[in-house]
Amino acid sequence: MTSDAIVKAARQFIHALPHAQALGMEMQEVGDGRATILMPYDPRLIGNPATGVIAGGAVSALMDTAAGAAVMCHPAGPAATATLDLRIDYMRSATPGQALKARAHCHHVTRSVAFVSVTATDDDEARPVAMGTGAFTVDLRK
Amino acid sequence: MNGERGETLRGLMGAIPYLRFLGLRFDIAGDEVTAVLPFQPMLIGNPVIPALHGGVTAAFLEATAVSGLVWAGLSEGLNPGNLPPGNLPKTIDLTVDYLRAGQPKDAFARARINRSGRRYASVHVEAWQDSPARLFAQGTGHFLMPENAGS
Repeated sequence: MTSDAIVKAARQFIHALPHAQALGMEMQEVGDGRATILMPYDPRLIGNPATGVIAGGAVSALMDTAAGAAVMCHPAGPAATATLDLRIDYMRSATPGQALKARAHCHHVTRSVAFVSVTATDDDEARPVAMGTGAFTVDLRK
Repeated sequence: MNGERGETLRGLMGAIPYLRFLGLRFDIAGDEVTAVLPFQPMLIGNPVIPALHGGVTAAFLEATAVSGLVWAGLSEGLNPGNLPPGNLPKTIDLTVDYLRAGQPKDAFARARINRSGRRYASVHVEAWQDSPARLFAQGTGHFLMPENAGS
């Protein structure tokens, strides 16, 4: 598969995911095992009604999606992937009103497993909101 | 007694917009709380299989863990007035183990509190669809307890 085809597949990947659509996610960058996905601030996703901070679960969904997209655009060209395991550390509350961005990097792929790291930030990109490490299944193209 | 506690739990969790967005509800039988995630198409991650989005599963486990801690606090006679909306346990970390694809049907989860101290708690959550003996996901998380929870 050419790199253009991989990028196209990764973009289609996110547009095809109903839950990613429901959360308003937008693919910003994708290719070579890296993906950046933006999730606009949305009052429906608030986890703390007193402060307006976005729910940890919505951040998890964003990070899981970015991690999966990073696997899909890895040069190994997996045909499909699913999360096996994902650990997320929540370092601080996301600033209310700001979009969140998840950057994922698929740093290693075997015949069966892809290993990914992912970081979520708001406007203050020097201080991550959350960081995660995941293992994903890999179905290589026949 | 449990009815009143149940209403308090539902009130606290129901005040969270994201949990309303997911459609989460809580079934209470005796002292046991089961979180229920009714299926809706927008919870799908992979439309080909189709399967629940991994992020939905993570959010479901996290909400179940938090509700378990709130329920335990209420069970210990904690004054609900000490838990104003939003002043809930905060997630420090969560590890989700995806055991099989979440199917396009209702999901259930229960939390087990392995350790709950004044500041930190460790909670295990199991989630299933057809049978509790056949989990589709499990998770463990650490939580920071609200400062006034013990007062």
